[in-house]
Amino acid sequence: MNFDFSDAQKALKQQTRDFLRAACDTTVPRRVLEDTDEPFARDLWQQVCANESPGIAIPEEYGGIGFGYLELCVVAEEMGRAIAPVPFSSTVYLAAEAILQGGSDEQKKRLLPSLASGESIGTFALSEGPGQATVANLQATLSDGRLSGTKMPVPDGDVADLCVVVAKDGDGASLAVVDLASEGVSREPVDTLDPSRSHARITFDGVEVELLGEAGQGWAIKDAVFDRAAVLFAMEQLGGADACLQMAIGYAKGRYAFGRPIGSFQAIKHKLADMYIKNELARANCYYGAWALSTDAPELPVAAAAARVAATQAFHFASKENIQTHGGIGFTWESDCHLYYRRSKLLALSIGSERVWKDRLISGLERQEAA
Amino acid sequence: MDFNDTPEQATYRAEVRAWLGANAEPRKDRPSVSRRLDAEEGLALAKAWQARKADAGYACRHWPVAHGGQGRPMIETIIYDQEEANFDVPTGFFSIGLGMCGPVMAQYATQEQQARFIPPLMRGEEVWCQLFSEPAAGSDVAGLRTRCHRDGDDWVVNGQKVWTSGAHYSDWGILVARHDSSLPKHKGLTFFFIDMKSPGIDIKPIKQINGGSNFNEVFFTNVRVPDSQRLGAIGEGWQVAITTLMNERLAVGDAPPPDFREVMKLAAACELDGRSALEDSAVREKIADWYVEAMGMKHTKARTMTALSQGKVPGPENSIGKVVSASKLQNVSSFGADLMDMGGVITDPSLMPSDALFQQSFLYSPGLRIAGGTDEILRNIIAERVLGLPGEIRVDRDVPYSDIPTGN
Repeated sequence: MNFDFSDAQKALKQQTRDFLRAACDTTVPRRVLEDTDEPFARDLWQQVCANESPGIAIPEEYGGIGFGYLELCVVAEEMGRAIAPVPFSSTVYLAAEAILQGGSDEQKKRLLPSLASGESIGTFALSEGPGQATVANLQATLSDGRLSGTKMPVPDGDVADLCVVVAKDGDGASLAVVDLASEGVSREPVDTLDPSRSHARITFDGVEVELLGEAGQGWAIKDAVFDRAAVLFAMEQLGGADACLQMAIGYAKGRYAFGRPIGSFQAIKHKLADMYIKNELARANCYYGAWALSTDAPELPVAAAAARVAATQAFHFASKENIQTHGGIGFTWESDCHLYYRRSKLLALSIGSERVWKDRLISGLERQEAA
Repeated sequence: MDFNDTPEQATYRAEVRAWLGANAEPRKDRPSVSRRLDAEEGLALAKAWQARKADAGYACRHWPVAHGGQGRPMIETIIYDQEEANFDVPTGFFSIGLGMCGPVMAQYATQEQQARFIPPLMRGEEVWCQLFSEPAAGSDVAGLRTRCHRDGDDWVVNGQKVWTSGAHYSDWGILVARHDSSLPKHKGLTFFFIDMKSPGIDIKPIKQINGGSNFNEVFFTNVRVPDSQRLGAIGEGWQVAITTLMNERLAVGDAPPPDFREVMKLAAACELDGRSALEDSAVREKIADWYVEAMGMKHTKARTMTALSQGKVPGPENSIGKVVSASKLQNVSSFGADLMDMGGVITDPSLMPSDALFQQSFLYSPGLRIAGGTDEILRNIIAERVLGLPGEIRVDRDVPYSDIPTGN
C-alpha cells in the first residue's frame, strides 16, 4: 500500500500552490466579487490555461496533456485553496467530463481540444431553480433535436461557449451539447451567494442541439459525470477548508485578549482542533476518492459520495468557525473570511446538496451489500 | 497512489489468511470470544493464541529478532492485524504490554533485561500493565502523588494508582512515582518496572457504569523495587512516560463495534413509520455521517501506515482517531437503541438484536472518551502540537510540587 501522492504529483501541487499564491492572492477573488463587470479573472484564467491545467487529465488524442486524475486532484485542491475566480470547475470537471463520459469519439475529437486549451469555456446545466431537479420535474425539453426551457443557476453560464444540458426527452432525460452562440439562446447573470464565480439564467427557445450519448441515457450519464466531479469538487472544498484553518490559526496566534493570545484559550483551541479533525477526515476520504477516480474503481460512487460529504462538512465548518474565531472583524466586508464562507456554500450546492450526496452514499452501500 | 498490496505483500497476506483460516474461526455476527468468556478463561485462551502466533512468526513481526520479532517491515504487522480482525480470536490482554511496555523496555532497559523480559512479553507468557493514573492525577498525570524513596539498592514505593487495566492478572507493570516533592512536578518523577507479585501491592477491581470491571485500583505499601529496575535516569520519569503515552495513542486508536455496518443492518431490520427504517432519510443521513467518519479514520490510518512503512515517525495527528471513534461509538450505540424504540431499553442479550451490543456499548462508550487521553486533552494536543497554538498558561509548572494547591 502506498496511500500517498507520488513525488512528481507533490511537486505539481507545490508548483500550483506557488503559482496561485503569486497570481491569485485573495485580492483577486475579491476584485471579481466586487466588480460586477468582471465575471471572472481573465488574466488569471489565461495563465491557468498557459500552464495547461484545464487539459491535465484529458487524453492527448483529444488535445489534452493526458496526465491523470491524481494530477488533476492536486491542482483542484490548490484551486480551492486559492478560491480562484476562474471557470475551471465548470469547464474541466463538468463539461469536459460529460463529453468524455457521454460523447462519441467524433464529438470528443471535435469538442475537447478547445476545452483542454481553455480557448473555450464549458459548463453544465441541470438545475432549473430552487428545489432538487429530477427526471420527473425537468421543464427543459428536447423535441426533434431542439431544446426549449430555462436553466439556472448555470455556473459561468454568462461567459461559457459550450453547455451540456440535461433535458427531458420523452419519458426520460437526455444530454444535449449546446453552442451558446446559437440562435434562440438568451442569457443573463443571476446574483448568487458567491459573486466571485458568476452564474447565469439561460433560456433556450427551440435551440438546435446535438445529443451527447444515447437518447434517454442522460440521467445515467449525468450521475456518472457527477460521481467524477464530486471527487474534484471535494478536492477544491478540501483546499478551501485548509485555507480557513490556516487563516484561523494565524489570527488566533496573533490576536491578544485578556493579556494572552486567544489561541491559548481552550475554547479556541478545541474549535480549531475540531476544524483539523474534520479536515483530516475529509482529506482521507478525498484521497480515497482520488484513487477511485484515477483507477475507475468500482468503489467510485461510494468513495466519491464519501469524499463529497466529508469535504462539504469540513469546508462549511471551517469557513463559519473561521469567522467566529475572528470575532467582529470576521463579519466585516473588508475581512477575507466571507470569501471562503461564500465559496463553501457555493461549492456545497454546485452538484447537489450534502443531503443528496448522503442519499447517494447509502444507495451505493445498499448496492454493494446486494452485490 | 496505490491501495493494492505489492506482489510481496499480497503473497504475505495470502499466507497469513491461509494460516488464520487453518487456525481460527471466522468472526461471526455475535460478541467475540473475548467478550463471551470471563477474564480467567479468556486470558488462558489468549495466552495460548499469542504463543501460537509467536511460534508461527506472526507476533510483533516488526520487532527486532533479538526481542522475539522477525525484524520485518511494520506493514507486515499491519497486514496481519487486518486479517486477524476477520477472525474470532481472543485479543486485548496484551495490548498494553505490546503497545507500551515492550517499546519502553526496548528503549530504556539493559540488554540483559530486554533478553529476559521482552520475549515472554511478546509471547503472552507474561502479562504487563501500566501504572500511571492516580485518583488525583488523571489528565494531569504529572501531578501524581505516589512516592518513592531510595533505601540501599532498592526504592520503596507508597501510594495509589487507578484505572490500571489488567492489574489483577498482570505479572509486571511500569510505574511512575515521585522521588522528590521539592522539585517542580515534571522534574521529580522516576520510572520503574515492577513485579506485580511484590509484597505490599494490593489490587481492587473498579466496578464501571456498564457493570464490568476492566480496571483496578492498585495500592502500594512499602513496596520494594530494585534500583536495577529503574528505566531512565532519576528525575527523567516524565520523558519516559511521554514516550510510552505516544505509543498508547498508536495502540488504542480503534474503537470496537457497533459501527455504520451494524447500524445499517439494524436499520434494514427495523420498522419506522410502517416501512424499513433504512428508507427513512434522517436515518440514511446519520449512517452516512458515520460512514464518512469511519472511512476517514480508516484512510487516515492508511496515511499513517504509509508514513510508517516509509520509515517516518507517525506524529500526534494519530490522536484524531480516538476523538472521532469514541464519540462515534457513543452516538451509534445511542441511535441503535433509538431505532428499537420503546424496546431499546432492554439489555437481555437473548431478547435483543446483535445480543444487545448497542445497549452494552451505550454503557461502555463513555469510558472510551476518557481512557488513554480525554477528548479534551487530545484536542489540546492537536491544537498545540499539530496546529502550533500557544500552550496553556500553567501556574503549577515552575513551583515546587509541594507548593501546588490541591482540591478534592
